[in-house]
Amino acid sequence: MTQPWTDIKNTDLAIVMGGNAAEAHPCGFKWLVEAKAHRGAKLIVVDPRYTRTAAVSDYYAPIRQGTDIAFLLGVIRYCIANDKIQWEYAKNYTNISYLVKDGFSYKDGLFTGYDEMKRDYDRSSWDYQLGADGFVQSDMTLQHPRTVWQLLKDHVEQYTPELVERICGTPKDKYLHICEMIAATSAPDKAMTSMYALGWTQHSKGAQNIRTMAMLQLLLGNIGIAGGGMNALRGHSNIQGLTDLGLMSNLIPGYLSIPTEKEKAIGDYLATRQFKPLRADQTSYWRNYDKFFVSFQKSMWGDHATKDNDWGYDYLPKLDVPAYDILRMMEMMNEGKVNGYFCQGFNPILSIPNRAKTTAALSKLKYLVTMDPLDTETSNFWRNFGIYNDVKSADIKTQVFQLPTTCFAEEEGSLANSGRWLQWHWAGGSAPGDCKHDTWIMAQIFLRVKKLYQAEGGAYPDPIVNLTWNYADAEEPTPEELAKEVNGYALADQFDAKDPTKLVAGKGKLLVNFSQLKNDGSTSSGCWIYSGQWNENGNNMARRDNADPGNMGTFLNWTFAWPVNRRVLYNAASCDMQGKPWDPSRKLIEWNGSKWVGNDVPDIAPDAQPGKVQPFILNQEGTARLFTRALLRDGPFPVHYEPFESPVKNVINPAIRGNPVARIFQADVASFGDASEFPYAATSYRLTEHFHYWTKHNRVNSVLQPEFFVEISHELAAEKSIQNNGWVRVWSKRGEVKAKAYVTKRIQPLICDGKAVHVVGIPLHWGFMGAAVKGWGPNSLTPVVGDANSDTPEFKAFLVNIEPTTPPAVS
Amino acid sequence: MFMPNVPVGQPVPGFSEKDLIKRSASSVPEPARRLTEVAKLIDISKCIGCKACQSACIEWNDTHPEMESFQGTYMNPHDLTPNMFTLMRFNEWTNPETDKLEWLIRKDGCMHCSDPGCLKACPAPGAIVQYSNGIVDFVHDNCIGCGYCVKGCPFNIPRISQTDHKAYKCTLCSDRVAVGQGPACAKACPTHAISFGTKDEMKAEAADRVKDLNSRGYKNAGLYDPPGVGGTHVMYVLQHADKPHIYNDLPDDPKISSLVQAWKGAGKFAGLALIGFAAVASAAHAVFAGQNKVTKHDEEEGEALTGKDA
Repeated sequence: MTQPWTDIKNTDLAIVMGGNAAEAHPCGFKWLVEAKAHRGAKLIVVDPRYTRTAAVSDYYAPIRQGTDIAFLLGVIRYCIANDKIQWEYAKNYTNISYLVKDGFSYKDGLFTGYDEMKRDYDRSSWDYQLGADGFVQSDMTLQHPRTVWQLLKDHVEQYTPELVERICGTPKDKYLHICEMIAATSAPDKAMTSMYALGWTQHSKGAQNIRTMAMLQLLLGNIGIAGGGMNALRGHSNIQGLTDLGLMSNLIPGYLSIPTEKEKAIGDYLATRQFKPLRADQTSYWRNYDKFFVSFQKSMWGDHATKDNDWGYDYLPKLDVPAYDILRMMEMMNEGKVNGYFCQGFNPILSIPNRAKTTAALSKLKYLVTMDPLDTETSNFWRNFGIYNDVKSADIKTQVFQLPTTCFAEEEGSLANSGRWLQWHWAGGSAPGDCKHDTWIMAQIFLRVKKLYQAEGGAYPDPIVNLTWNYADAEEPTPEELAKEVNGYALADQFDAKDPTKLVAGKGKLLVNFSQLKNDGSTSSGCWIYSGQWNENGNNMARRDNADPGNMGTFLNWTFAWPVNRRVLYNAASCDMQGKPWDPSRKLIEWNGSKWVGNDVPDIAPDAQPGKVQPFILNQEGTARLFTRALLRDGPFPVHYEPFESPVKNVINPAIRGNPVARIFQADVASFGDASEFPYAATSYRLTEHFHYWTKHNRVNSVLQPEFFVEISHELAAEKSIQNNGWVRVWSKRGEVKAKAYVTKRIQPLICDGKAVHVVGIPLHWGFMGAAVKGWGPNSLTPVVGDANSDTPEFKAFLVNIEPTTPPAVS
Repeated sequence: MFMPNVPVGQPVPGFSEKDLIKRSASSVPEPARRLTEVAKLIDISKCIGCKACQSACIEWNDTHPEMESFQGTYMNPHDLTPNMFTLMRFNEWTNPETDKLEWLIRKDGCMHCSDPGCLKACPAPGAIVQYSNGIVDFVHDNCIGCGYCVKGCPFNIPRISQTDHKAYKCTLCSDRVAVGQGPACAKACPTHAISFGTKDEMKAEAADRVKDLNSRGYKNAGLYDPPGVGGTHVMYVLQHADKPHIYNDLPDDPKISSLVQAWKGAGKFAGLALIGFAAVASAAHAVFAGQNKVTKHDEEEGEALTGKDA
């Protein structure tokens, strides 16, 4: 989230699209209820189903899953056509006036540089025209045909309300009503917040779904202001912490990246990451990349990371592919290229698409180690549970080691919420039986591996044997020790940058925050963005002062928000070019003539002059990107593509199946279905009674939503002679499930391109373990397709067929 | 300013036997003091149907509802039960005026009527009591499991346990209220759809909400505090207060059944005679049918109650 949850109370209009906040985030949703009750805020819900969020909305419109980009590009077109743009904001704080290289173009659904064989683009033309001074060329009159503005206008022109209705199935009158509500927030003193979740990410063009709304929000001037923003409601407790800490195959903590194998030396690596400013006087914060990186290396390898060995650059793995994400790992297990798997706090048998493939992949392993507080389906994938897990146990040779861990309530530590607050929590009880903290287990494994390397050597034991391991009890690092290590230490005395006589952190002291990080090896920090979480003032994550003097919901003394306790990102954009708030009644910060002051920590240098240094300091041009240059693999502007399995043809680019650069493996292509065999548009989702696959192990949650079901419209039920509460079989090209049918008015057939599209809704909380009635998850049916940028599986749009059936035999 | 979902402190903490104003099939002396009336306000326009209230109710009261199955609705369990004192009831209602779908989700449970039909119908002395703060409570030691309270209730709330043959319903968390806490459901509600305070405060809050709903086009929004039962200590904010029945058969104009009124109206003598008859009948039952036997089913239910089957 660009905002904290508490900021949502400041909004005038919330649009929940690509998510179901009331259902999946009921506690955070209270801030929207508050905005409605005490600000008169309105709530729009756009979703294939009339959801629990829709139940408390002011306006609802249906949409076919996987068509959000068409919908939103249409809204952008509406705002352009009706001059509903926050012009001062757009002209100054976005790249709308910049000139794009002449070589760049878009035609028939593809941008310049497409290579069909590689399913990838040569993105070199997707960039600005630079002057001899190395700065961007722009035309503030916006008349030049190569301005982002002119290219954008052309790009969205085809997304007329008629086309939107044809693609999305959203009735035109409802669509236009929503356009009007959204466009009204282009007024400088109006704010709209976008609240989304997996309904946007779990698509083959998930990143572009979100980008399209971000572009709209920028044109409306709704980013960086109170009550505005792009708010990713994270789908899992501490999934925010997972990405922050770089728990991905291509990341290191703080959104730094793992080097690629082409980057042989540290110089190659840093050269492409330390972005120089593209405008005069602009701050480009990533210029500090080397400070964050070297400090990370120091926290990992301490005295073994020296200037002479390039701060231990060779200790890092180098990627030969963009990422070893879970889809690739499953593919490799299935091909026999990976034969051991540590599965920590994860249940892939229910959470990875195409369960049959996952089962086959795990069955080929030599060993599988699961670390989990619960007895998961993955730990038991080899056991036969009749129709619910119909495997031949005798044929599976995988040795499974189940290591029971503590759960969140049995351990101390911090959780990062969607609003980037690092909230410390304390153990509420002790764990049953032989459960151990994950840290204890990891330490045991590490110490034994290290011993093996010390005893036997090996090709390159250095990164393991030299790893810093300074914990009071080497067998079990404490959460406090780890939190301090992540915060970072002064490895030598640190002095104030402006006053070299002033000592700010003596050797061995905790750093105040990341502004003190150095590239000379004199500081360490395990995750630069978390620096400040535990400094010499103590554990800032444990702070619980709920004072909010400005009544702006910033709560600066409540826990710690990254970065540097800032609550609203890009908050300098909440002010005009003179540094005065667009809406004086909702002041986050303001320029007092010599520095930035206010209710939040300024997201700009305290003395950076407004109008000179632009607010988006993590971009080297200081402005936000309507045209995203080469940053996304699938285009600098979003384009409507159908899901890989779609009930209708792509009406604007009929030759293209899915997103042309989405991740697919050749071996999976044969398992994609089409509408002739599988005519119904299925989607998967969560229910508020349950949390993923955990709470089915809890009796109370299970009582409240005991059994798997699927949701269909009355129209589809009549067509297929399906009774409410009757049994159905749902199948895709990859598998089948049996469920009870819930025939509901909350799903209506959508008319897309003149044809009725029926939606089948499949919630995901059931399996063959736990207290609830046994069932299946939608992943028995879903295809292995990954987003072009994040590799997130396309769980939200796929094809199935459905028919009435008899109840499964009681096992 | 955001209101916490349970007020800190409580109107009149600490109440007891001496605050009773009504006692079934018996009388109580006029209490020396009168507590401020409390109320729970359920704002249906803020309710997302998440069932946190049901979950909190199960946890606080330590009940053990059965694991049922899907029943063609989000409503689970299938009904109020002796182990489920509150229940979200879901209705997919198409508004004939706008032709738009509205998903009406109502938290069902005891309304804590000012004029409680259950108490009026109850023949067991002291099995149902009412405190001057408005809470209607069941005293299980005195309950004979006759089910008259079920007949007496215009909202169809009490349920008789087949295990211990006692009547169960929401207590408005009288044990929590007595120590200055709000009901568990209100505490758990994430969207402030359930609030708790004095009845006057809750009416004022409801008036605020009605104004907001009017401004959003719900011209018939209003407070449900039905006069037919003397008003209630659980009230609803309804978007369509002119038709309570669309909210899963919430009675438009609840009244205590005329049978119960007659049974009360027949006067003390007839009532006492009946109680006498019940005593004779139960003695006769013991003589002619033999004493109650514990069946295998009873044992299983007993084990379920003590959680041994977990």
